[in-house]
Amino acid sequence: MRIRVSHTTRYDYSPPAKSAIQLLRLTPRSHEGQHVRHWRIDVDAQCRLKAGEDALGNITHAFTLEGPIQSFSVTVDGEVETQDSAGVVRGTVERFPPGLFLRTTALTEPDDAILALAGEVREAMRRDPIAGLHDLSGTIHARMGFDTEATTTATKAGAALALGHGVCQDFAHIFISAARFLGVPARYVSGYLLRDDGLVVQEAGHAWAEAHVGGLGWVGFDPAHGLSPTDAYVRLAAALDYHGAAPILGSRYGGGQESLDVSVRVEHARRQIQS
Amino acid sequence: MKPRAFDEMGGFGEGCRPCYAALKRWLDDAPSDLLDQRRKEAELLFRRIGITFAVYGEQAAQERLIPFDIIPRVIAGEEWRKLSLGLEQRVKALNAFLKDVYGNREIVRAGVVPEELILCNPYFRPEMAQLRLVGDIYVAIAGIDVVRVDADTFYVLEDNARTPSGVSYMLENREAMIRLFPELFARQSIAPVDGYPDELLATLHSITPRRGEEPCVVLLTPGPYNSAYYEHSFLADKLGVELVEGRDLFVRDEMVFMRTTQGPKRVDVIYSRIDDDFLDPLVFRPDSVLGVPGLMLAYRAGNVSLANAVGTGVADDKAIYSYMPEIVRFYLGEEPILQNVPTWRCREPEALAYVLDHLGDLVVKEVNGSGGYGMLVGPAADAATRRLFAEKLKRRPDNFIAQPTLALSTCPTFVGSGIAPRHVDLRPFVLTGADKVRIVPGGLTRVALVEGSLVVNSSQGGGTKDTWILGE
Repeated sequence: MRIRVSHTTRYDYSPPAKSAIQLLRLTPRSHEGQHVRHWRIDVDAQCRLKAGEDALGNITHAFTLEGPIQSFSVTVDGEVETQDSAGVVRGTVERFPPGLFLRTTALTEPDDAILALAGEVREAMRRDPIAGLHDLSGTIHARMGFDTEATTTATKAGAALALGHGVCQDFAHIFISAARFLGVPARYVSGYLLRDDGLVVQEAGHAWAEAHVGGLGWVGFDPAHGLSPTDAYVRLAAALDYHGAAPILGSRYGGGQESLDVSVRVEHARRQIQS
Repeated sequence: MKPRAFDEMGGFGEGCRPCYAALKRWLDDAPSDLLDQRRKEAELLFRRIGITFAVYGEQAAQERLIPFDIIPRVIAGEEWRKLSLGLEQRVKALNAFLKDVYGNREIVRAGVVPEELILCNPYFRPEMAQLRLVGDIYVAIAGIDVVRVDADTFYVLEDNARTPSGVSYMLENREAMIRLFPELFARQSIAPVDGYPDELLATLHSITPRRGEEPCVVLLTPGPYNSAYYEHSFLADKLGVELVEGRDLFVRDEMVFMRTTQGPKRVDVIYSRIDDDFLDPLVFRPDSVLGVPGLMLAYRAGNVSLANAVGTGVADDKAIYSYMPEIVRFYLGEEPILQNVPTWRCREPEALAYVLDHLGDLVVKEVNGSGGYGMLVGPAADAATRRLFAEKLKRRPDNFIAQPTLALSTCPTFVGSGIAPRHVDLRPFVLTGADKVRIVPGGLTRVALVEGSLVVNSSQGGGTKDTWILGE
């Protein structure tokens, strides 16, 4: 499938900010089942966009802006060719052995709620890890309600599970936390999803999880939908949790209220002319 | 009767050891009211200097004076020579280990240290992987805690490879002693410690990423609420460098700058006294306001050096500690000069079973704990405390190690009833630059002021002493 992504994040400051720094993980890499045809990042302000790579192998761009800054936008535009691989992810850049992804992080630290959830799928996991992980993903999908107001980017896996509501990020954290607790290396993946309901303009990107299964390698699970990623998924970055894979992390000095406007378009590439 | 612990002055009861001879003569001759008077002067002196230490969990006394004992701890020159060789070897191994941990992890491949202990260690920072540091120096400033059990045996109790503190006490204690007892310093040759700030500055200069220019060094502190803030400001002053907080620095185009009244000034070396977690909200804790956003970008680009490096905590972890003899052999091909305290890793089932059976004889410590918190001193604990601790241990065995209770050496110390032996340890500071290793002879002697206590931490009511290394 050929997927076109156009993602703009606009920041407005009132009064203007004195300076700003941003770290972007907004550029996908090609791997089996994902070929990046072209991709462009643009910041509509005077700055040097410095490309790099983080410790886990994700492509990064960093820039600093000198004020006064009233507003600026970060825009990515690109096209990715995808193939369905039944969730199995191969040919990715790996800088660490899978064992790294057993680490706990602040966002994925297991609490009693996570332990209880892990307990429910422990037996299934022992019999057949893949089936067990699907169970875990399905259980989270069934138990959690989608709600963009219930949580923030700082909500921990256990807290979201206790709330019973959250966004894809929370679903992924719950999955990762429980999988790691059960001894399965798991990681957070940020990216884009071409929705099957035809909704092109979205409020945000998507996030899911990958688990490392002996014999297969990394396998994707999307607990927000209770299934494995297909050729409708564009994989941007993978890390220990949201914070390590966040598409945009920033900090600014001075200024007043920050208002943020995000627009994400994900569509079939052939339809781009009509847009 | 032969006392159980080795006494720095009297050995095992065989009489005054030669290195204490001059001090003992002086103590014997000095009228007791003179000593009392000097003790009071010492306390006044320290109050005036304002050397304090904030104790966590004590709201009433946010800043407390650490008790200073005027009877110095004396080490013979020959003993020190051997000790310092061991320290240098130990820190060399720590640096080699960290280079490997953040490189190809040969030590894991060789089956010496389990992968999990490194990759899942809370102080391991994936962000440091494959980063080349100037001179491969990770631990530029190490504080190695050693204890003594007899005339010949020093054990390393703990390696402090993150932000070891206490060096300001080493310097202040000496200054106070010279003021109070000039006659003692005239009687014998005592190695000076006042060169420490110069040695530290030379060490920091040696790791600048910009060769050929006068490096700009800053000392980065979390601020006045940190327990070691006094030391931060003291050291910045002695080094002649700026004491900065995170908000005084900023990153532009992968370079670190300091805000000054004359405009931004490029920073080359940061002597950081901030925990890794708070260094850069873009990489570590996003809620940190103590750090510098983008610092890790500048660091990874090789435009700034940090001392100590980020991620050194993986080497001073107590679980890794138990592998130190193997680590020394693996990287240096030498036998360790300094001994490790035998350590049971509770993550290993047989070790856990042994520890649970012998709680009354052991000291059990949290793997990532410090400052004497979260530990059980078996022989000193009552049955109920031990029972509670056993539960904690069974819940998270991998979080604990256990060691035998060592008979730490004692040193004559002023107490309410006169002079009595109290247990001591020693924290020498080892400076490793890209050019060479520097060790100022001496260190911080900490003393457990409570009779029989083995906990010397200042946060747990320990005091300090001046440490004399005698010339030969």
